[in-house]
Amino acid sequence: MEWASQLCENRGLGSKMTDSKYFTTTKKGEIFELKAELNSDKKEKKKEAVKKVIASMTVGKDVSALFPDVVNCMQTDNLELKKLVYLYLMNYAKSQPDMAIMAVNTFVKDCEDLNPLIRALAVRTMGCIRVDKITEYLCEPLRKCLKDEDPYVRKTAAVCVAKLHDINAQLVEDQGFLDTLKDLISDSNPMVVANAVAALSEIAESHPNSNLLDLNPQTINKLLTALNECTEWGQIFILDCLASYLPRDDRESQSICERVTPRLSHANSAVVLSAVKVLMKFMEMLPKDLDYYGTLLKKLAPPLVTLLSAEPELQYVALRNINLIVQKRPEILKHEMKVFFVKYNDPIYVKLEKLDIMIRLASQANIAQVLAELKEYATEVDVDFVRKAVRAIGRCAIKVEQSAERCVSTLLDLIQTKVNYVVQEAIVVIKDIFRKYPNKYESVIATLCENLDSLDEPEARAAMIWIVGEYAERIDNADELLESFLEGFHDESTQVQLQLLTAIVKLFLKKPTETQELVQQVLSLATQDSDNPDLRDRGYIYWRLLSTDPVAAKEVVLAEKPLISEETDLIEPTLLEELICHIGTLASVYHKPPSAFVEGSRGVQHKRLPPRTGSGESTETPDVGQSGPSEAPPAVIPSQGDLLGDLLNLDLAPPTATVPSVQPSMQMGAMDLLGGGLDSLLGGDIGGSPSMGAGLGAAPAAMPASLGSAPAVGGGLGDLFDLGGGVGMPTGSYVAPKTVWLLAMKAKGLEISGTFARRGGIIQMDLSLTNKAMSVMTDFAIQFNRNSFGLAPAGPLQVLTPLSPNQTIDVSLPLSTSGPVMKMEPLNNLQVAVKNNIDVFYFSCQYPLSLLFVEDGKMDRQVFLATWKDIPNDNEAQFQIKDIHLNSDVASNKLQGSNIFTIAKRTVEGQDMLYQSVKLTNGIWVLAEMRIQTGNPNYTLSIKCRAPEVCPFVYQCYELVLKN
Amino acid sequence: MIGGLFIYNHKGEVLISRVYRDDIGRNAVDAFRVNVIHARQQVRSPVTNIARTSFFHVKRSNIWLAAVTKQNVNAAMVFEFLYKMCDVMTAYFGKISEENIKNNFVLIYELLDEILDFGYPQNSETGALKTFITQQGIKGQPQTKEEQSQITSQVTGQIGWRREGIKYRRNELFLDVLESVNLLMSPQGQVLSAHVSGRVVMKSYLSGMPECKFGMNDKIVIDKQGKGGTTDEPGKSGKQSIAIDDCTFHQCVRLSKFDSERSISFIPPDGEYELMRYRTTKDIILPFRVIPLVREVGRTKLEVKVVIKSNFKPSLLAQKIEVRIPTPLNTSGVQVICMKGKAKYKASENAIVWKIKRMAGMKESQISAEIELLPTNDKKKWARPPISMNFEVPFAPSGLKVRYLKVFESKLNYSDHDVIKWVRYIGRSGIYETRC
Repeated sequence: MEWASQLCENRGLGSKMTDSKYFTTTKKGEIFELKAELNSDKKEKKKEAVKKVIASMTVGKDVSALFPDVVNCMQTDNLELKKLVYLYLMNYAKSQPDMAIMAVNTFVKDCEDLNPLIRALAVRTMGCIRVDKITEYLCEPLRKCLKDEDPYVRKTAAVCVAKLHDINAQLVEDQGFLDTLKDLISDSNPMVVANAVAALSEIAESHPNSNLLDLNPQTINKLLTALNECTEWGQIFILDCLASYLPRDDRESQSICERVTPRLSHANSAVVLSAVKVLMKFMEMLPKDLDYYGTLLKKLAPPLVTLLSAEPELQYVALRNINLIVQKRPEILKHEMKVFFVKYNDPIYVKLEKLDIMIRLASQANIAQVLAELKEYATEVDVDFVRKAVRAIGRCAIKVEQSAERCVSTLLDLIQTKVNYVVQEAIVVIKDIFRKYPNKYESVIATLCENLDSLDEPEARAAMIWIVGEYAERIDNADELLESFLEGFHDESTQVQLQLLTAIVKLFLKKPTETQELVQQVLSLATQDSDNPDLRDRGYIYWRLLSTDPVAAKEVVLAEKPLISEETDLIEPTLLEELICHIGTLASVYHKPPSAFVEGSRGVQHKRLPPRTGSGESTETPDVGQSGPSEAPPAVIPSQGDLLGDLLNLDLAPPTATVPSVQPSMQMGAMDLLGGGLDSLLGGDIGGSPSMGAGLGAAPAAMPASLGSAPAVGGGLGDLFDLGGGVGMPTGSYVAPKTVWLLAMKAKGLEISGTFARRGGIIQMDLSLTNKAMSVMTDFAIQFNRNSFGLAPAGPLQVLTPLSPNQTIDVSLPLSTSGPVMKMEPLNNLQVAVKNNIDVFYFSCQYPLSLLFVEDGKMDRQVFLATWKDIPNDNEAQFQIKDIHLNSDVASNKLQGSNIFTIAKRTVEGQDMLYQSVKLTNGIWVLAEMRIQTGNPNYTLSIKCRAPEVCPFVYQCYELVLKN
Repeated sequence: MIGGLFIYNHKGEVLISRVYRDDIGRNAVDAFRVNVIHARQQVRSPVTNIARTSFFHVKRSNIWLAAVTKQNVNAAMVFEFLYKMCDVMTAYFGKISEENIKNNFVLIYELLDEILDFGYPQNSETGALKTFITQQGIKGQPQTKEEQSQITSQVTGQIGWRREGIKYRRNELFLDVLESVNLLMSPQGQVLSAHVSGRVVMKSYLSGMPECKFGMNDKIVIDKQGKGGTTDEPGKSGKQSIAIDDCTFHQCVRLSKFDSERSISFIPPDGEYELMRYRTTKDIILPFRVIPLVREVGRTKLEVKVVIKSNFKPSLLAQKIEVRIPTPLNTSGVQVICMKGKAKYKASENAIVWKIKRMAGMKESQISAEIELLPTNDKKKWARPPISMNFEVPFAPSGLKVRYLKVFESKLNYSDHDVIKWVRYIGRSGIYETRC
């Protein structure tokens, strides 16, 4: 018998040495030959042939024609051959469903095999064959395998349920496999538990509201026990699943944390990161004064640092995650700056990420070291890296005031190197430093000007032009410098053109005598020869401003700019919270929510951090909506990845941000001119809100202030509505019932009905969103078109949970009146865009003007008289309000509820005359005289206003209020 | 989860293609080739998103391994899996090369079927895999029912890394403490950053299911024992204990026990594996100090003098010492004088490479070089890359000492004393750089 075993070995050896030959057969008629070989009687030959088929399949050749012949080889005792045939089946069954059925018998038989490895193999493969007929036959074997005595078969069957669910979800539910799967969570074998958890998590993802995982303290306990015993991969599945659990209170949260922390010492980085995710999430719930909270913070740092000694690809994943963690909890790594120093041999993607984190960790304590490092980096080879290093020096200057001087001198040294891209990058950041520390470092301007000619990138050119314009009075030849740019005006990018226009206007205002010609030249270039509407608009505004009132122009254009803030590139807090829930995953690598890169229903669920229960804290409100971390979240602009920004170029940033950023690719179109100067143009007290500049839109403030934030003037309407306003005492006013604004059939299943209300001086839009479609809706956002009174959402649309089919959510959206203004027809028309994960929808609705009646609308009697006389009689409008059965006092009270104030009452010949005043949010006064004759249900209303077009709408309000 | 796994050669030809999920099509194979392998520029990220499909890749010599997905997968897990996949392949057929992959493609498919199910990684310990995935033809099928269930229970069991019934005539184990010491020093001799990353690699040839307990001079443990009353004799051998910043363990170590008692107990895999990794930053013995002196003499000449000092016990010998002194790109000629070893200017590497075979502790050696430069009009200054060093020393620069490794096997009749144990310390240079 010895020769036989030797033969076997030889053969094994033989096949090992020659497998690569299968890759080389390329001759014609190959399929034909293979067919013959597959049908050969000799076992060895058959196997060789199947190998050739698989090799062809691998390189992308179509060998589906051999289907029946390969399937014929399936009935074999040779496990290796069987596996090869199965591999073939998985690839081609879908294209040959009728023939695939031939394989069913073998599968079913194999599922009964004595050998557990074969049973598992059969059930594993069957689940990969996406053919309906096969799936039908799969159910019975699968049911058996889920209860198989062998854990190897059970763990394979658990995953098979997920496979089957992917093919036919309904079938899985009907057959009750989900319950069996749930039972497996209590299995005695840890690997079965892990796979069951993985399968359930995946299935649950496509049924966001099914509560399939049904995590409760008992199951959590089982999972935590299995965690200690299963493979590294199983630990990852379990930890990722744990992360989606919401503990009942801080005590449970702490006990889970305690059992998860040992995982931080696992050799597998993915186990560590998933454990970090669970801890970061559950930590939210722990009271901060708890000792354990501090201990936990301390425990997190070392494993995060250790991740940096992993292979470079994992380092990259770790660094992307650390970037998030540092933003969420800077205290964890604040002493670990050194480990983020760049090594000479790090791959570029690791270098760039480290640099990012270095800037985030830079503080007064470590700035000297950081600067020394950054200076080293600025001399490296990789252009992107060098640029980022230079930019980082600028950011350090802005972040740590004490270092500003050293940073500036470092930047000047770098400019002296004359390396083109270094110089350009340095100029861009120096511009920001000027913004942060005005009148401190302007002495360097001369050096900058020397490099004017070498600038060929738009951003650097724009920055330089801004500097020249801003400091025109200190630069003797500013006019020459700017003129030199003007020659090729039309070849410049919009960014540069806009800057040049503003800079020359600034120059003109500072040195009007010498530069008249220049300013005319640029204005005509901008307004007459340009196709770019932004440029034209800005040109016209300057032109009119300069021609009507140069003094005002000076106040506007040369107004003091707000300082720029130090933190840049921060991720918007709600997105950050979501990303923290996705630590370790692709979302955390891309810094985008899963819905941004995952198709279909999977992963669209928005995850949020748990609210802090805070038993020991009175200062913290258990704010579910914003899940209150007590550190005031830094205000940021939405990052570029934010999908909302896509919404038709509408500027969707809620007016809560104070806007810092050096996002180089910010769209110039979103920027407005005139900066804070607009306040003064419009009378200075728009909405009485001091934060108005910050409140309006999110233009990047790191850009020069002249490009800062302010609404564009929609035509000359600003004059028309002498803007102004105030806040008064809360009163109740009439609220109309909701009406349907957007029909489901017009909006892919989204129905919106709503109404407006003024509550306690706050304007609110009450919306009901109903999902009449089959799939879940998420990512809601809302935006208004410009409208007559500048109504704009005062915050994002708070739809926090996905809207499942047939579900209705009521939302109240607070509105501000500080949005951009444009006269609408009719005057109270409001055009609204609503976006969800499916599309953007538009509708328009009309709001009652009473919404805009402010609480301090009671005019002084004398003023009333004078104003009444002052308004020309042409502006008076008369209306009849019919069928009112109220006496004058009741009517007066009712109207007062809606901020229509009765100033005086006169009774003449049985006729009550009520004199009333109303003030609109934009400062327009409306005066009215209402005549009520006892016994006559018809009132006569005379309305006088400087803007007579509002009269009919005021009348409508009277009617509405009195009749309801 | 992982939707598919592809292996390419350096030309971008696909060698292995295994698709696990329906959302990954054949075109994904081409998308990666066109956008990453054939891309002109250097790889800017190990994760690439092409048309809403994410590709994770690692490279081993000139072979590309890429995992593909359309879902929000655990990215760290995917990379860990790819590394594991490389380990498994290496364990089966040696170096990962185009030839080896082509020669073993059937085996690779079989492995991929086993260790990745529907994109979920399954047990991938080679010890377990080798019991039932073999390339020995018919022999690969286990015969008896007992054997079969033994395999399945091992693959799925709590101790998936070790099979039962291992027998050695001689119970023996080898412990290697391998450290790499990293340093970044300023030209003035100030330590900018220094850390040791160490590994404890164990080769175990033990019978049965031995329960092991590993002890080292961990500060936390020693201090705890010190409080207990058993004070170590002071001044026994320099440093008593070391502060470990962080450590990670092979999955055989009971982490919860380490967390609560800081004791390292485990049932080891058979053969060679990495028991633990650790990192220290405090009180590191820097085996060498490099003192550079660079002087620019006019525009066409540089004078470089570098002194190295060895800083450890005179009785110990460092080996394989190599100092690499970078030279500017416009170097035209170099004259070198060194007291010890051999020094050579290597134009292709833009560096002077100075090699010394052996050097005892507390010694000093010096090299001086004159570098002639071609006059250039290149405005950019020479970046002066740091001087780097390589060496190997027979001690652990972190100060780590193995205190014990106890072996208990209750069922078999051998005791801790019967096990032959070997411990070895090797300290190597990691990135050991001095700026000049």
